[in-house]
Amino acid sequence: MTVRGQRRKLVVIGNGMAGARVVEEILDRAPDAFDITMFGAEPYGNYNRILLSSVLGGAEAPTEIFMNPIGWYRDNGIRLHAGVKASRIDRRSRVVVGRRLRKDALAYTVDAADEDGAAEIEEPYDVVIIATGSRPFVPPVEGIEGAGAFLFRTIDDCARIADYARECRHAAVIGGGLLGLEAARGLLTHDVEVTVLEAAPQLMAAQLDAEAGKMLRKTIEGIGIRVMCGVMTRRVARSDEGVTHLEFTDGNRLETDMVVVSAGIRPITEVASASGLTVERGIVCDDRMQTSDPSVFALGECVEHRGQLYGLVEPIWEQARTLADVLSGVRPDAVYTGSKLGTKLKVMGVELASMGETAPASEDDEVIVYREPVNGIYKKLIVRDHRIAGAILLGDTAAADTLMQMYMAGIPAPERRADLLFGSPTGVGLLQAADLPDNAQICNCNGVSKSRIVEAIRNEACQSVGKVAAATKAGLGCGSCKSLVAQLLETCLGEVAFDPSEHYYVPGVPLEKSRLVAEIRNRGIKSVSEVFRQLAGGREDPDSKVGLASLLKTLWPDEYEDERDARFVNDRVHANIQKDGTFSVVPRIYGGVTTPDELMRIARVAVKYAVPMVKLTGGQRIDLLGIRREDLPGVWKDLGMPSGHAYTKAFRTCKSCVGTDFCRYGLGDSIALSQKIERRFQGVESPHKMKLATAGCPRNCSEAYVKDVGAVAIEGGRWELYVGGAAGGSVRKGDLLHTVDSHDEVLRFIGRFIQYYREHGKYLERTYGFVARIGIENLRKILVEDSLGVGRRLDADIRKAVDAYQDPWKEADAPAYAEQFSGPGLAHVLEVAENNG
Amino acid sequence: MAETGTRTVIRVGEAADIPVGQGRCFVLGDETIAVFRQRDGRVFATQNRCPHRAGPLADGIVGGNHVICPLHAHRFDLETGNGSEPGECVRVYETEVVDGQVRLR
Ligand code: SRM
Ligand SMILES: Cc1cc2nc3c(=O)[nH]c(=O)nc-3n(C[C@H](O)[C@H](O)[C@H](O)COP(=O)(O)OP(=O)(O)OC[C@H]3O[C@@H](n4cnc5c(N)ncnc54)[C@H](O)[C@@H]3O)c2cc1C
Ligand code: SF4
Ligand code: FES
Repeated sequence: MTVRGQRRKLVVIGNGMAGARVVEEILDRAPDAFDITMFGAEPYGNYNRILLSSVLGGAEAPTEIFMNPIGWYRDNGIRLHAGVKASRIDRRSRVVVGRRLRKDALAYTVDAADEDGAAEIEEPYDVVIIATGSRPFVPPVEGIEGAGAFLFRTIDDCARIADYARECRHAAVIGGGLLGLEAARGLLTHDVEVTVLEAAPQLMAAQLDAEAGKMLRKTIEGIGIRVMCGVMTRRVARSDEGVTHLEFTDGNRLETDMVVVSAGIRPITEVASASGLTVERGIVCDDRMQTSDPSVFALGECVEHRGQLYGLVEPIWEQARTLADVLSGVRPDAVYTGSKLGTKLKVMGVELASMGETAPASEDDEVIVYREPVNGIYKKLIVRDHRIAGAILLGDTAAADTLMQMYMAGIPAPERRADLLFGSPTGVGLLQAADLPDNAQICNCNGVSKSRIVEAIRNEACQSVGKVAAATKAGLGCGSCKSLVAQLLETCLGEVAFDPSEHYYVPGVPLEKSRLVAEIRNRGIKSVSEVFRQLAGGREDPDSKVGLASLLKTLWPDEYEDERDARFVNDRVHANIQKDGTFSVVPRIYGGVTTPDELMRIARVAVKYAVPMVKLTGGQRIDLLGIRREDLPGVWKDLGMPSGHAYTKAFRTCKSCVGTDFCRYGLGDSIALSQKIERRFQGVESPHKMKLATAGCPRNCSEAYVKDVGAVAIEGGRWELYVGGAAGGSVRKGDLLHTVDSHDEVLRFIGRFIQYYREHGKYLERTYGFVARIGIENLRKILVEDSLGVGRRLDADIRKAVDAYQDPWKEADAPAYAEQFSGPGLAHVLEVAENNG
Repeated sequence: MAETGTRTVIRVGEAADIPVGQGRCFVLGDETIAVFRQRDGRVFATQNRCPHRAGPLADGIVGGNHVICPLHAHRFDLETGNGSEPGECVRVYETEVVDGQVRLR
């Protein structure tokens, strides 16, 4: 065990995507090994730089892209100097020296101004990590540094650009690469006309060949951006008012009110050179990410590794894992050997993926091209020695993920090259698992390697895809690696005990959830009987009806054709069936807070209907047990309270403690929050029931840590959101999904989580199983960092489900069908004349 | 010449009184009978009391000529009465629909 005093001092310079990630990885491996201090020139916690284009385009609020908000540093005991730039590492006295920057300084510039009279900050170290990233390259253009001209790298840049654009009619973007195009698309949403200026004869020259460049240009122009290629800007001209126009080297000019420069990036290396470390194009590192000083390491865009610089995040994640292995001592000899890169353009309305080389290197290279100009589709493959050396997919990127795998792992291409672009007609997977190296990552969602899977098959007796998934998590993300896992099983065991029905969403329809959902969506199937008719050969399966009904309701919140026979009896009569066939009634009591008036009504109902038992439930409300079906409508009407949904697979309750209203420890208003939560999500259906709670402080009197979702108030007006907790048949503490600042934010992330669970949970899988299966890291990425870009959609879809909610007890006045609340009918004995002729 | 006689049947009311795809319970003296109207139009009848712990089969889920008990999900074949658990079965009645009336035998 490490005693506090014995912790080593780690100082991290640069608090961007690489710096924060490596710290997370280290904390995962060895939470107590280091006292950690971070210098970040930007005055914030770490945010997702990749999403800046979406922020500029208004699709994402700046506050939404924070991955490590300030609270995260505090919670993890990290001392963060935000807004402080490190100037050098004093390697003799072993301290890192920094100075606070002026508020309005451009963090990444070489001569960013210090705050007036700022004292030097010194932090002693045992180990230093440099993760200073890179800065935009500014081409030599006259006047490019003045007002109205911008660079695009930080969240502050975004704000400046958006602010300025408000006063402009026309904007020019210098640079037609990945970032330039994203910036242009973002600017378009600010009601300016946008022109992209590219010096090369085509767009994205680094990733595309000439033909794809030309097609991309058409697509880009199609979304309303003007494109000029082969133009070099010579001067930014201004009047007193601001920018007036740009002058090009060919003598032409372009009227514009502002310029955004996106002409490439350069590693930030001053700290390293000022400290005497070896710097070439970037800070030179070996395979353990060590610089020329054995106590100093580096990673990210500032690094030069095996002569290579990187400008994408994928390699950074790999470097961070290696460096964390090395520093935490988990695997001191871990090595990073370089990354192969592929990229996708994240411009709305443009589908583009590219990897590797864009042109053949010799006559022996095969080039496979498919064109569909009318639809803007272009696919090109370069195959060398039967392996993919490069690929471009424009207009249709369905094959991108498979190709990327094959390219990264150097997997041999199939004989029929067409299969690479269009999939194999026999449906046989293209990837040959046996050919993959042992360390190849099979499951990209959960980071599971081939060797781990083989080990599970050999040593843990996993004989089916499902068992491998249970043991390793492989295949539990997007599911696209399942065929590879099956192949590995085949290779190891000779055959696969493959039981496809393991993966069916319901037993009676032979499709796993994602395929089932796709079929239902594509065919527009709105009722359970129609699912059986179209997808199960007409065979109605009673075991599948309830699950299908729940799924359809999730998929079509307001258009679902509600066939009542597909519901479990509880959901037909909106009450919980008891052992003797009577029912229990639990009215909704928001946040466990009731009124004398409600209590009197409950008491009167209990007397009037001779209710056999009135009981306080474990969910902070009142249960009337033993009610006959025919009395249900009367009971509800007399109660005059909405249904508490104590009977259905849906949002049930949100318990609360007393919180700030009365409790002397209360840090947050847990009652108001739980009532808001309950009012919003009441009755929203899900794969299984959801029970929530809010607690006014970490004493957790309402048991929020062990709820499907729990919100716990902490010091500083913030709320921690836990998901996947359980304290029923299973007991599990929830995982921290996110820490937020307000009730509204709590509601938003709860909504996202619920919707994601509704879409990806298996039927009857509680959140404790779901969260453990998907993994909190993945959930955080998807729901908080929005790594898949689905956040907005999830928000909108849960909103629809919420809007579609109606109190089912309203059916007291208008039954859904004639006999809904009828008691037993009477049968009669008859003598019937019979003709046996 | 054709032979004419009488037989005893049980009349449980209109088929239309049983919601589509569901069951409904009818009382005959001390007995309760569950009558089911499957979505494909077929009508079945069994004892209402589940042999397991007396759950009301009429409140079960119906389909593919089977009913699933609402209490513990034991399953019964509506044509033969055979149950999913060893040793459990239910009495089944023959059914006919005459002029919209359901009759059992
Ligand atoms: C009424 C209540 C007990 C009480 O009197 O306090 C209750 C009653 C039942 N619970 Fe519960 N649970 C009740 C609170 C809880 C709680 C505590 C809570 O909600 O904070 C838990 C632990 C939290 C949880 O949900 O995990 C709880 C964990 C369970 C479980 C175990 C779930 C699990 O996966 O571990 C089941 C079984 C299941 O869902 O399959 C269950 C199932 C049941 C059912 C619905 C069984 C059934 O299907 O008929 C019981 C209905 C009894 C009846 O005849 O009406 N009940 N049950 C509570 C109603 C709360 C409410 O106001 O809505
Ligand atoms: C708009 C945009 C879109 C992008 N889209 C993608 C994409 O789709 N896919 C992809 O893979 N990549 C994308 N990238 C690239 C990706 O963001 C970078 O690869 C990644 O951020 C690099 O991480 P880093 O930590 O090395 O550098 P950064 O994230 O830049 O972090 C470095 C940090 O260190 C700070 N710093 C610098 N010097 C000092 C100092 N002396 N003292 C203290 N702090 C210092 C900087 O201010 C900065 O905050 C995009 C980048 C941008 C700008
Ligand atoms: S613990 Fe819950 S499910 Fe079990 S008997 Fe009690 S109320 Fe019923
Ligand atoms: S009472 Fe029918 S299954 Fe238990």
